Amino acid sequence: MKKTTNQKAWFMVLPVLLLVAFSAIIPLMTVVNYSVQDTFGNNEFFWVGLEWFEEILGSERMHDALGRQAIFTTIILLIEVPLGIFVALHMPKKSGVWSSLCLVLCALPLLIPWNVVGTIWQIFGRIDIGLLGYALDQIGIDYNYTQDSFAAWITIIVMDVWHWTSLVVLLSYAGLKSIPDAFYQAAKIDQASRWSIFRHIELPKMKGVLLIAILLRFMDSFMIYTEPFVVTGGGPGNATTFLSIDLVKMAIGQFDLGPAAAFSLIYFLVILLVSWVFYTVMVHSDKESGS
Amino acid sequence: MKINKSAIVMIFYILFLMLPIYWLINMSLKTNQEILSTFSLWPNDLTFDNYMVIFTDPSWYGGYLNSITYVVMNTVISVSVALPAAYAFSRYNFMGDKHLFFWLLTNRMAPPAVFALPFFQLYSSVGLFDTHIAVALAHTLFNVPLAVWILEGFMRGVPKEIDETAYIDGYSFFGFFRKIFMPLIASGIGVAAFFCFMFSWVELLLSRTLTSVDAKSIAATMTRTVSASGLDWGVLAAAGVLTIIPGALVIYFVRNHIAKGFALGRV
Repeated sequence: MKKTTNQKAWFMVLPVLLLVAFSAIIPLMTVVNYSVQDTFGNNEFFWVGLEWFEEILGSERMHDALGRQAIFTTIILLIEVPLGIFVALHMPKKSGVWSSLCLVLCALPLLIPWNVVGTIWQIFGRIDIGLLGYALDQIGIDYNYTQDSFAAWITIIVMDVWHWTSLVVLLSYAGLKSIPDAFYQAAKIDQASRWSIFRHIELPKMKGVLLIAILLRFMDSFMIYTEPFVVTGGGPGNATTFLSIDLVKMAIGQFDLGPAAAFSLIYFLVILLVSWVFYTVMVHSDKESGS
Repeated sequence: MKINKSAIVMIFYILFLMLPIYWLINMSLKTNQEILSTFSLWPNDLTFDNYMVIFTDPSWYGGYLNSITYVVMNTVISVSVALPAAYAFSRYNFMGDKHLFFWLLTNRMAPPAVFALPFFQLYSSVGLFDTHIAVALAHTLFNVPLAVWILEGFMRGVPKEIDETAYIDGYSFFGFFRKIFMPLIASGIGVAAFFCFMFSWVELLLSRTLTSVDAKSIAATMTRTVSASGLDWGVLAAAGVLTIIPGALVIYFVRNHIAKGFALGRV
């Protein structure tokens, strides 16, 4: 659609702008303010320049949390995206009761409050009362997510796969449904293999939605807080202390305002940078396909 | 043969999704004694006591009421400010529109953990700490951008000729917007409202940081119970089941648009 140029449209955007400025810019300014100052209490602040940033960038705590976060995000993207595409390819194509049922049931985990997701898996994984933990214990696997960091990681990853794979499924499914039947018929005439149908028809059509799915999964997994907080509380030790958990510990638990603020800004910048790359690719491919 | 294979994949996937939820429901229908003493796949001694605890104890059902209050406030605020903005983005070019649109998305990327402490100080200093409106305003951080993006996606699908015809027919802008345009994108408004509701409902960190007693959300109530006594699994499971219900009820109505909503209106 061709848009007309109209500078008065700013007035329609103004309410959003004021509201978001209040709830995003003012707090962000507070963070910037803290990140360059130190205090001895009594509300007396003095300028320390980039000291906090140097301290945080050089601190092992930040490196470890960032490393854990990067590994976690990579693992869940590697599992969720292929699994999501695989399940979407097997979703019933004709609309009907069965397909509605599949859609609704698939979407259900996405709509459960995050702390309840945590609670569900906290119960499900316990060896005394949870189905998963009990079953694993019965077949002789040593599994205890509160003490063994490997088990804790597995639990958190399986939980995230359980929680969010459906997002990839739903988006891929929406992409697949937009492929006209004629494409499949042409492929049939050409005797194309299942793989080449996927590679040359389905995958290009899904590209746009898959980019969105990856962008969303990256963003959300990078700020994961609630679920690991409820299940493991960041433990055992620091094994599942991801960036957000560490930040909350620092800012609200220990009230180290300066370092926490510097941490926040670095954290936000990392997400922004990666998301911006995804977004640019997304807009670019949008233009290519002409929509 | 092919259909069968697909059905098997789907059944396995859905089974994987439903088992933990089933287990939660199973737990919520058992007594604490049974949970801790015997391991069984279904409740032997069916009881609704856990639910009764929630419906009779004000600290529990109050949590639900508080959550619903701020979630509804947030949904109303988000959708009503997002409507004109989304219209502007979908219809007009103006200075800085693309940057503004991306900047809105960056707020969706902002980790709530970054904002928790500044929000706490901001709302404390204006005297709004522990009120519903504080949480509602805080959640606009990610819900307003979401609503703008979803609504813009739906509005792009409405041909511009409709606007022009309405003006020729003598409608004022507000008359057109209310009588013609809003009904056309009714499903978009529904989806945007649903997603604002959902994302405000599922959020824990900000609602827990900004409330203490009067406006304490159900999510905060649940996590605090875990840390305090940590043993009342039955009641905890029942509380969990009750938080799933609103989503499960509404999801049926938006099932055909749900992918569009999760994709921020971009499908």
